[in-house]
Parts: sequence; C-alpha cells; structure tokens
Amino acid sequence: MHLSNKPLVIGGRLFRSRLILGTGKFSSPETMCGALAASGAELVTVALRRADLSGRKDPFANILEFVDPEKYLVLPNTSGAMNAEEALRLARLAAAAGLPKWIKLEIHPDPRYLLPDPIETLRAAEMLVNEGFTVLPYINADPVLAKRLQDIGVATVMPLGSPIGSNRGIQTRDQIRIIIEQANVPVVVDAGLGAPSHAAEAMEMGADAVLVNTAIAVAADPERMAIAFKMAVEAGRAAFESGLGLPLDMASPTSPLTAFLDSPVSKMASVLNAYKGYWAL
Amino acid sequence: MSFVRKLESLPIAGLIDVSLNSSLAAVRESMARREHSLEDFAHLISPAAANLLKPLCLRSYQITRQRFGRVMRLFAPLYLSNECINKCSYCGFSRDNPILRVTLTVDEVRREAQTLLDLGFRHLLLVSGEHPKFVSTDYLTDCVQALRGMVPSISLEVGPMTQEAYRSMVEAGADGLVVYQETYDRQVYAEMHAAGPKRNFEWRLETPERAYAAGFRRLGIGALFGLSDWRSDAICVAAHADYLLRNCWKAALTISLPRLRPCAGDFQPLSEMCDRDLVQLVCAFRLLFPDVGLVLSTREPAKLRDGLIPLGITLMSAGSHTEPGGYTGAGKENLHQTERGRIVELVESRRSVGADVVATEQFKIADSRSPKEIADLVRRLGYEPVWKDWDHF
Repeated sequence: MHLSNKPLVIGGRLFRSRLILGTGKFSSPETMCGALAASGAELVTVALRRADLSGRKDPFANILEFVDPEKYLVLPNTSGAMNAEEALRLARLAAAAGLPKWIKLEIHPDPRYLLPDPIETLRAAEMLVNEGFTVLPYINADPVLAKRLQDIGVATVMPLGSPIGSNRGIQTRDQIRIIIEQANVPVVVDAGLGAPSHAAEAMEMGADAVLVNTAIAVAADPERMAIAFKMAVEAGRAAFESGLGLPLDMASPTSPLTAFLDSPVSKMASVLNAYKGYWAL
Repeated sequence: MSFVRKLESLPIAGLIDVSLNSSLAAVRESMARREHSLEDFAHLISPAAANLLKPLCLRSYQITRQRFGRVMRLFAPLYLSNECINKCSYCGFSRDNPILRVTLTVDEVRREAQTLLDLGFRHLLLVSGEHPKFVSTDYLTDCVQALRGMVPSISLEVGPMTQEAYRSMVEAGADGLVVYQETYDRQVYAEMHAAGPKRNFEWRLETPERAYAAGFRRLGIGALFGLSDWRSDAICVAAHADYLLRNCWKAALTISLPRLRPCAGDFQPLSEMCDRDLVQLVCAFRLLFPDVGLVLSTREPAKLRDGLIPLGITLMSAGSHTEPGGYTGAGKENLHQTERGRIVELVESRRSVGADVVATEQFKIADSRSPKEIADLVRRLGYEPVWKDWDHF
C-alpha cells in the first residue's frame, strides 16, 4: 500500500522523500551507499571540508564520488565554518567545483555542541541568497530568527531538535511548533533525532522533512536503520496529512453517547422503541 | 584569569587523595553520571576503577562512537629541525646530546610533505626543536607558506611563541597548535629543564591561550607521562582542558597521552605508567570530555594501539619518523653537531659512517607499520580512515 504523501518542494524542486540524509560518521563509503539507497532519500548533504574541491580527484578525499548525482541532489554543507566569511568562501568553492548551487548553511563556532551561530548565519544567508544560492540554514529553534531568514529569502529553515549527534530527540518542541505555525517555507527538523519515533514525531507535528545522520551511521545495521527512519517519516507525514486528533485529558468514547441527538427522526424512533420495555418498568 | 592562576588554586593533593582512596561504589557512582566533574575524573583514574576497566572501556567506546562516529582521523608528524637550545633531561634533542642535527631547507620540507601527501596524509604536524636562530619565526612562516597550497591542514608543534608570531603563522596558513606542558609539577619541571627558554613554566603553560588569541582553531595539549606521578599530571591536564573549553571555546581541543620512549641521553622514566593505566586514562578522559579529540602516536606498540582504536582515540599518526628528513632522506648533506647551540664540524668518525647517515630521531617509535597498513587495520576494525577533514577556506 502506498501512503501517497504530498511531495516536498524546496527551492522549486520536487522531492518524493521527506527524509534527508547526512554522510558523516559511516564506517565505510560502501555502508554509506547502502544506507542512502535504503533510506529512499533524494537529498543528501556532504561536508565540504571532507571533500576535494580542487578537481584533482583526490583518492584520499573522495566522499563525493560515492554520492551518485543521478540519484541524489548533493547538498554541500559548510560544517566547520566559524563565521559568515568562511561559509561564503566554502559555498563559492563548492559552486566553482561544479556542485549544485545549493548550500546547507552551518556555522557553528563551538566545536563541542556544534550549536549554530545565529548572527553569522543570518549574515551569511543574506550574502548567499544575493549570490543566487538556494540556502538551507541550520539554526537553533528560534522562531524570530526563522522569520528573519525567511524575509531574506532562504529556501527552508532547519531548526535543531537537540544538539547534533545527541540522539535526544525533539527537546525544542514548543519553539519548533511556533516555527512551523509561522513558516512560509518548508521546515526541516535537523539534528538530534536519535530514533525513528523522533522523526515520526517531527513529521506528525507538521515538519516538512527531517535530516538524519548519526542515528543511521552509527547503528549496528545502518541499512535497516535507514529503512526504519524512512518508514517512520512516511508514517508521521501520512498521519499529519490525515488529520491527527487533539490530545485530551479524559477518555473519549468511540460511540458518542449524544449520537441520538443528531440522528434522523425515524432512526430516533427505533431507538426509543428499543428502550420502551425498560421505560415501562 | 589565565590557567596559570587557575592551576595554583587547583586542589591537586585533595583530588589525588580522592583518587587513591576511591572505592568501587564511588567509581560506579561517578561512571553512572551523565556529566562528570573533576572529582569524578579522580575516581575514574583511581586504583579502584582499575577493577572496573571493562565497563569503563564499554562506556568510553559507546560515547566515542556516538560523538565521533565510525571514523578515525589520521595525521603525520613532519620534523623540520632537531636543533635545540634547551637542556631537557628526557629529550633526545637536548642541546648537550651529541646527536646528528639538521634544519631542513624550505624546499626539503616541501619534498618531505609531498612524500607524506603521496602516502595519503592531508593533515601534517610540523615539529621542531627550539632554536631562535635556525628555527626562527621567519623560517617557520616560510615553511607554512610553502605547504599551504599542498597540505589542507597544517598544525605546529614548535617552541612557544608570542601572540604576534602566532598570528603570522595563522596568516601563513597554520590552523593547529600543539604544546605539551610535559609535567604540571613545577618542581619536577624545574629539575627536568636545566637550561634554555623552556625553563619558563608559566610562559609554556599560557601558550594555548596565546595561540587561541592569535586565531588558531585547533589546540592540542598533554603531559609527557613518565616524569611526575601520572594521576597528578592527568588531573592537571583535565583541569587545563576544562579551562580551555570554557575560555577558548571556539577551538577544537585535542589531548595527547604520550609516554616516555627511549632516546639519546638514555633518560629513565621517573614514574611508571603501565599499559592498563594508559587504557584507563583514555577512557576517563572520554567520559569527562565526550567531544574532545584524543590522540595516539606511534610511541605506543602495535598491539596496544590496535586495542585502543575503538576505546576513545579519534586521531592517530602512522608510519611516523621523528627525525628531520626521515621520509625522504633530505638534509643528509648538512648534518652537523652542536655545542651549546652552535654548529661544530662533524668529527671524521661520524662522517665516515657512510651515505646512509641521517639526523638523529627525537625518540624511538614503537609502531613502525606503514600508513597503508594502519588504514587497512582501521577498516578491518570497522572504521573509515579519514585523511582529510579540513581545508584552507
């Protein structure tokens, strides 16, 4: 059975899959390829600092050779950049090397929690948008920053669920809800999703996509984990599109006790007849 | 407040006391915590914790895999010069050792680097003795500039410099700075460093802070185990790392855990640190600092290195030479000896040894396997060897 979820559109491009994958931390390029294929992802992000952009086809820095551009849209990321200028240089280098003019903007000067720098991100995003890049900025779950970035013209906003690689799931729930509510571009929950249930939760909340890396890359069986995330993302999205009920504090019977009030007269009469004997007592 | 002042207020004796008198229950409690304090660290490196080495290793393995993934970064040292004006009891380059010395020309440095690039390395650590005349700031700047276009990531391990000199290194293209305090015990430090600028304990201790202020984005610290009591120095390294993480927050920090190796001068270690101690310390550092890189050099033997790979190590050297010209034979024509830092001609007997004579190494390496062998081993263990992880952007 196919869930027939609506396609995702980012920067005018259509994607059937709402799962975006990262390519770090895998035990081998082969394992990475297997996981990418199993995940059904169509958008795959690669850290430029690990790639060779010189055009010399460096066999010791060839991660890009393992991401088939026929199957995936390569989304270069600026991981490692500490300020707007570095991110800009990286993006230009990537474009000059023939990579798509899409950029996952990551500026995290703190190498421990890899939390994004909002000021530098905003600065860089503005410059990159002006240069014609399709910009997907990684941000903390800050609704005002998300709006400021949208005003500039970014293609998505990518708020974090919790710090990169932490597996802690969506700890920024309330803020992400506001970002989704106010968004006029797709919202991609990025970072911290450690289990398929976390991804499903993000999708049920109305996120347009999720980005996953560590949870798949370090799993004992990355390929199976990739499938698990794929299913969770599809299920979460289908649930969102189907209309989820509101959570309540009390039980709610599946056959509502007040149904008879809405029933046609004839039907109500038969109900009354059925209870006649009881009333006679 | 610099770390020099912080170190003065560090209750080292109290923490050593905690460590030596720790119990299995206290270790278990420390291990179970999500975040660890310096006191927890004292428990984790305790004799009591040695009895819980297996669960400690498991925890360290899990954290490392989670935070760093299934990858192992590789680097190589490139020795520029073994000239030195310091007199350090434990170092092969110590100025009074009658060793064969040389400072490579910039062109020779480039050749050495090319050989390392051909082997796969994209991250080089330029190492040198301390000699303001032969290994001047200008010389080091020239070396870094010469390599900038070829080598994606260049780190330095040279005599401590001023902030201004470091800034010119960063501008030339260096991104990492490694400096070991050797020992954090002032008295032992004074005994070990009999003469030369290295006698200045505090200048050395503040080096990472100057380097950070100058713009280095990677800092490496460590102690040389075998000088003072290893637990005491490990606690100081941990406190130093904690200080740098708080104050130099944009820098990626690595900790190295070198143990003394045989070298010219035949210095014997003053304190012992066995293999099990080293493994325990690697794991304790990993629990205390989940995101700090831990470095393992070829000072350690193959079997121990193989075992340590999954346990917390994130950066390894391979196929290292610790003498200038070690990878290509460069500099052989200019070998000489020095007396009190000045060049003297080689005596005839040294010169006649033949064409195979090379400069003397800093210390003997213990794992002589080639970079390819190490990369293959890393793959067999289920990790991807990562050669390139940075570039001059």
